[in-house]
Amino acid sequence: MADLAQTIFFGLALGCTYALVALGFTIIYKASGVINFAQGEFLLVGVYIVSAGVFEYHLNFFAALVIALVLTALLGVLFERFVLRRMIGRPIFSILMITIGLDILLRTLVTIRIGAQYELPAATPFDIYSGVDIGGVHFGTPQIVTIVVTILSVLGLFIFFRYTRYGLAMRATALDQEAALATGINIRAVYALAWGIAAVIATIGGVLLPLYNGAGSFDITLGTVALAAFPAIILGGADSFVGAVVGGILIGLTSQLFNRYDNFFAPVLGPGVYAVAPYLLMILILLIRPYGLFGARKVERV
Amino acid sequence: MTNSSAIPQPASKTPLDHKRRALLEPRLLGSPARWIALVLGVIVLLAFFFTASDRWMIVVNYALIAALAALALNVLSGYAGQISLGIAFFMAIGAYTAAFLGGDPPSSPSAPLGLGLSFVIWLPAAGIVAALIGALVGPTALRLKGFYLGIVSLGLVFIGLHLFKNVAAFTAISGGAKGRSFPAPAIDGFSFGQQNDVAFGFALTPHQSYFLLLVPILAVCGLFVANVMRSQAGRAIQAVRDNETAAAIMGVNLFQAKMGAFILSSFLAGIAGALYASYARYVLPDYWDLVLSIQFIAAIIIGGVASVWGSILGAAFVFALPQVIDALSLLPQSSSNQGLHSGDLSAIIYSGLIILFLLFQPSGIVGLLRRGRFEPRFAFRRKGGESASTTNATAS
Repeated sequence: MADLAQTIFFGLALGCTYALVALGFTIIYKASGVINFAQGEFLLVGVYIVSAGVFEYHLNFFAALVIALVLTALLGVLFERFVLRRMIGRPIFSILMITIGLDILLRTLVTIRIGAQYELPAATPFDIYSGVDIGGVHFGTPQIVTIVVTILSVLGLFIFFRYTRYGLAMRATALDQEAALATGINIRAVYALAWGIAAVIATIGGVLLPLYNGAGSFDITLGTVALAAFPAIILGGADSFVGAVVGGILIGLTSQLFNRYDNFFAPVLGPGVYAVAPYLLMILILLIRPYGLFGARKVERV
Repeated sequence: MTNSSAIPQPASKTPLDHKRRALLEPRLLGSPARWIALVLGVIVLLAFFFTASDRWMIVVNYALIAALAALALNVLSGYAGQISLGIAFFMAIGAYTAAFLGGDPPSSPSAPLGLGLSFVIWLPAAGIVAALIGALVGPTALRLKGFYLGIVSLGLVFIGLHLFKNVAAFTAISGGAKGRSFPAPAIDGFSFGQQNDVAFGFALTPHQSYFLLLVPILAVCGLFVANVMRSQAGRAIQAVRDNETAAAIMGVNLFQAKMGAFILSSFLAGIAGALYASYARYVLPDYWDLVLSIQFIAAIIIGGVASVWGSILGAAFVFALPQVIDALSLLPQSSSNQGLHSGDLSAIIYSGLIILFLLFQPSGIVGLLRRGRFEPRFAFRRKGGESASTTNATAS
């Protein structure tokens, strides 16, 4: 029982990082209808900047984090301003592909910087091995921090979207671009803001991610976590914030449970099936609900 | 879509009508320019065949195989407009079908399975099995729109990797994480995998043999795709890409059109996968991963979306680029250390080019080549403001 509780706790924490990455996707998608394939590399760039700041330039962790947040947000805004804005009105295929181009470009640039097979230490402001044990369940600090940070981020986003002027503008844009434009909303600012926020969330999620693989290190494959967050947004429905969080946590739990009980599934599904469990779950759910659990069904009649 | 025979033909045949009809229904070798292009093409291929060293032969052979796979992706993504990251999965299906049917029967119980059948069976079978799997997956996948399909196809790649690496029923064929060897095509003692003596004391190296095999296959497949896309079915497929609702109003069966493109794409990808594995002779399951799919996406964007020549040029560019950089020995090859390597440089070049082409030249290299060339304009074709999709609808 303690074992199951432990697994669920780890799954919850992992799910929270997926939820953060998925939120980044959702914000951009809602504002501009684009799925940003490069989200994972925003995360990698952010984590790399923090690590470089702490270990190469001997900065304080939080100073490095702030620099990373600012730089990745800038990267997102610049990409939106100089690339995606020219793509408005183009087929969705082209827009997706251009973010894939950015994804490869960013990853390769980081690869050149750190080498394909090197592990870099991940910076952390606390001892990643600390934690409290309650009833045989280990509540590690990294996991607790992750869950708390995720709750705070979601709360912050909620307040932003619910009570601020720009939050309202973003919701209006998501609802109906032309109507929003007609009411005088600065859509360019909304797009830029969406990309900035998404990049910031990616970095926050990314910094927490390497802390629980035991070694506290990362390499250039860190960005592929975003690929695991894809099932999360599909499960939740790409246009739903609640869906992104629920989807992320579901994926985290699924992956951890399959990992823990691998021996049980291995004879039929093969060892290591936890790595693809999120995709299996995704396909299963899409079979039943093609627009995800919380996604809005688009009505098209001919 | 109405049957073309139902359209009344104009009674009077002025010279203009003949000209216009020749342009509307271009035959493969309908004009002197086409003949000249064909003759020049054959001369270039022959010149390359007789002069190239094995090293360049290998580069070109891999590019030819990649061109076939890029063509497969172009059918689905370029012509039908369905976003897919799953091409690597269908290539893997083709490769392992070929390995199972054509591979040597296992010498020990742990060796991967093989039936030792002929090349004439396993090559078409590779395409057919991939197409069947496509037909199986299609109804589910094609219910999804836009990036949903992209992400599901991405899931397919990962699930495929897992199956071929870890699940007993599949590792018996794929050899598991250790990989397996693949059969070389052979007809009546002429094996493409070894040195062959032909008449007049002239010998073919394996790479030259493969070249002779690959060029016709690519030519046939390219012609086939170009012709299909000019047929009623092909036009329906492109109508679905341009506007699903409008296509449905015109009476296009959306599901049929998408499935057709999906199955044709899977078939070609299966053939390409089988040819790749057979040429490489030994492949690890990890080869069929997402990076491979993305390289083909880069290829069709750089070469030209919805264009047969675009697939070929793009694949040549993306897949030969690292070798060309290596051949010029500008950079170290290994990627284990920090710093710039040839693989990195080519990744930067092609990812940068994806962005630049999509921004400034959405019809790819083919679009660049066509630009400035004389193009007959018809009264009914819109002038100016041509997007990638409308310019490419006429490309073949």
